[in-house]
Amino acid sequence: MAQIKIKNLRKDFGTFNAVKSSTFTIEDGEFFMLLGPSGCGKTTTLRMMAGLELPTSGEIYIDGEEVGQKPASKRDIAFVFQLFALYPHMNVGKNISYPLLSQGMPKDQVKKRVAEVAEILGISDILKRPIGGLSGGDRQRVALGRAIVREPKAFFMDEPLGALDAEFREHMSEELRALHNRMGATTVYVTHDQLEAMQMGDKIVVMNHGSVEQFGKPQEIYDWPATMFVANFLGSPSMNFLRFEGMLGTNKSSIEMNGIDFKIPTALEGAKGKLAIGIRPEHIKFSDKAQYRGKVLATEYLGTTQIVTLTTPNGDVKVRTDATGKIKTGEKIGLNFDPRTVTIFNAENGKALLSNANQGVFNRG
Amino acid sequence: MSSYSITEPSKRQKWAAGSFVIFYAVVTLMPLLWIIATGFKSPSDAIAYPPKVVFQPTLEGYVNLFTTRTRATPEMLVQAGEPKTWYDRIVRQYDMVIAGPSRYGERFLNSVIIGFGSTFFAIVLGTAAAYAFSRFRVPLKDDLLFFILSTRMMPPIAVAIPIFLMFRQLGLNDTHAGMILLYTAINLSLSVWLIHGFINEIPIEYEEAALIDGYTRFQAFYKVVLPQATTGIASTAIFCLIFAWNEYALAALLTSGTAQTAPPFIPTIIGTGGQDWPAVAAGATIFLLPVMIFTILLRKHLLRGITFGAVRK
Repeated sequence: MAQIKIKNLRKDFGTFNAVKSSTFTIEDGEFFMLLGPSGCGKTTTLRMMAGLELPTSGEIYIDGEEVGQKPASKRDIAFVFQLFALYPHMNVGKNISYPLLSQGMPKDQVKKRVAEVAEILGISDILKRPIGGLSGGDRQRVALGRAIVREPKAFFMDEPLGALDAEFREHMSEELRALHNRMGATTVYVTHDQLEAMQMGDKIVVMNHGSVEQFGKPQEIYDWPATMFVANFLGSPSMNFLRFEGMLGTNKSSIEMNGIDFKIPTALEGAKGKLAIGIRPEHIKFSDKAQYRGKVLATEYLGTTQIVTLTTPNGDVKVRTDATGKIKTGEKIGLNFDPRTVTIFNAENGKALLSNANQGVFNRG
Repeated sequence: MSSYSITEPSKRQKWAAGSFVIFYAVVTLMPLLWIIATGFKSPSDAIAYPPKVVFQPTLEGYVNLFTTRTRATPEMLVQAGEPKTWYDRIVRQYDMVIAGPSRYGERFLNSVIIGFGSTFFAIVLGTAAAYAFSRFRVPLKDDLLFFILSTRMMPPIAVAIPIFLMFRQLGLNDTHAGMILLYTAINLSLSVWLIHGFINEIPIEYEEAALIDGYTRFQAFYKVVLPQATTGIASTAIFCLIFAWNEYALAALLTSGTAQTAPPFIPTIIGTGGQDWPAVAAGATIFLLPVMIFTILLRKHLLRGITFGAVRK
């Protein structure tokens, strides 16, 4: 088990820059999520960590050792592919024992290890079966078995649940997390599913266009996004942005939008020009007393909650509220923003302005 | 009772399809069956008009194929005494004695050496080249592949004269090595292209998984890629062998003595002592066997879809 450190990692494919100077650290035993939309460079980053791509520049440390230019076979890691990549010409047991045979482990020991791993994953009864007839879940388990059998320093997983159907995914993600808790091995997991990332991860790196947008614990990232991209990518529905022209002075704890003062966490950074108030749908409350009003466009019923879409002078706003309240389309409602949860963004460059609420998160990231 | 399916053909369609297949099989197999039958006819039956479908089978053609015979005077026949073996007896009907073996055996062996040898090299080199084209960043990859294919854009016989001159300079005329080299070169474009296609179909993740599991590139190729490419390699091998085995024109031009293959030899049987069609037919029948056996042996590889279901696409 090991700590993994990425320093100024960069990858170019010809003239295309896939990963721009990424830096982050994965602590020993962490379940670490690389999150981002497709084409953001998360898979390339993972493949560089695994040794399947060589970085153009930068360093990768696994367990303190610089491995950036080393071949995959010398890094002592395991990789779970999205399409599993089980060897089709071998049966389940042979697939799992294959990594051990490359190390020249004696046959009887291999057999014992494979039996142990099969026990953990609950696939003891299918060891003799060919790969071809297995269900998606069993293939996933065999792929995991092949990864854990060698007890490597770290596990790398490239959207391992991507090929499973929705129902089974839920189940497998629980199984994966339970397996991780049991083994405590450093795991790096690539996904484009923000929900999966928040559910399973100890820490998340959010990437976009080849660069790291933010890095931290799921809740910190969700509550205090560093950029508008992160705010938008995490959460469903995503964070609301109320865009306006205005200014924010340093050490002010209110901001004026459309002539109305809004309380906000004390600003540590001032800005002027195009700004945006960022607030999560669940932090907006309906209030008849509120000065700021919106007109209801639509409601979506979700069981325990409902999502109400309103139009305001600063763009559409989604509010998550109790499903019990009756709300009519066309109705005008006052909106109250929970001042402790507001983030102010510079809408020009998409960056969050520093406040005394988010400074703790940012300094750590 | 009146249920019907869109995908399942109706009884009438099945009958029509079946009859067509049988008709086609009869048309294509007829010449082959005729050759096999002619091999067991006597020379007079072979040229009988109207052609004989029912005849007294004899091994005369095969005896004539494998032996050389001389006409013997009555004194010599008396001196030789009664025929000792069944093939002696066949020859004696025509007042002849067996003088020795014919060259068919050697020619056949030459065909085996050259045919299988060139197939082996075409497959080994073709697989290596195809793997490189499929997996590595080869500069000018597409141009190179096109260039390789372009060697097949004219019939090989068109360059027979330059090849003949080159072979003479290099001392490759009428040698096994020369013929293996020639057929390997001609088959290589086919094998590179076909195997390239098959290897492209194999997801690269298998090799990456093997690399991470601690194997070297070559081990990954040997243990993971190769077993999955067997189907493609087997069918390519059959194509290569059929070409090298049946090639007539270049063999006729470039070989005469030591390295002559069976195709240019078989017609020469006609020339010795009348038109001996049964011997020619017997030579052709035996000549067919190795390719048939080879194809039957590799057939299970052709039909086995081993990669089925291993990767979700």
